Amino acid sequence: MACISPDGKPTESGSKMLRALQAGLKSPEEISSEAGLPLFRVRSGLRELTEAGLAKQRDDRYELSEKGAELIK
Amino acid sequence: MEEVKEQTGHMPRIGEPAPAFEAVTTHGKLKLEDFKGSWLILFSHPADFTPVCTTEFIAFTEIYPELQKRGVELLGLSVDSVSSHIAWVRNVEEKTKVKIPFPIIADLNKEVSLAYGMIHPGQSKTETVRCVFIIDPNQIIRTILYYPLTTGRNMDEILRIVDALQTTDKNAVATPANWRPGDMVVVPPPNTQEMAEERLKQGYECTDWYLCKKKL
Repeated sequence: MACISPDGKPTESGSKMLRALQAGLKSPEEISSEAGLPLFRVRSGLRELTEAGLAKQRDDRYELSEKGAELIK
Repeated sequence: MEEVKEQTGHMPRIGEPAPAFEAVTTHGKLKLEDFKGSWLILFSHPADFTPVCTTEFIAFTEIYPELQKRGVELLGLSVDSVSSHIAWVRNVEEKTKVKIPFPIIADLNKEVSLAYGMIHPGQSKTETVRCVFIIDPNQIIRTILYYPLTTGRNMDEILRIVDALQTTDKNAVATPANWRPGDMVVVPPPNTQEMAEERLKQGYECTDWYLCKKKL
């Protein structure tokens, strides 16, 4: 897992992505630009964050889940 | 024949869609589709902790900023484990101060190697040879290079090919032998006699009707 450590906590890149989602719905391209991560890393990271229940997909955009929001408080 | 196919897998061709994959890498699980919209250089190396491969990874890292300026991502591959890749990358950084910034596929089950024809049993039945696949933003294979195990790749040529492909796509031209950015480009050959006659009046530098060059 590149975005979530084995202990369930987000890695540095995972945290960057979650923080980028704090302001609301974002496209992978917007997250890439805000988090300073390559787009391919963001796309794969969003899959992980979604599977872990930390982010939610709505159409082509993503937002924080309650669990994700709680984690980066 | 079947035995050979089992050992070599599919041999992709220029102009075909790049075979899809999902693979474990040093940057997590990546799919080919994650790179959609970017150019991608997928390249294989025979094994971690080997001398020629180490020089190549340092060289790929050196050209990575130039590739990024051109919208190109790099993705390495060998049949080693992800732990081996991580140990090798850390060793390269410790010994040479070069940090490998791009992901490397750990293709232990050879799924990607076989899909891309990276194993050439005449060279090695277990290791991948030095392949380079240049894949465009629509995920079409645009260039394939194969180097033997003993010959390290030429980074200038890889950059030159990227420049040539991007120039071709942008301007609908071709590039002559040994072309470099800034050199004259080849105007596509005419399809009709009328076009052949017209092009001689268009101010191109023509050796004859079928070989005309222009400055961009």
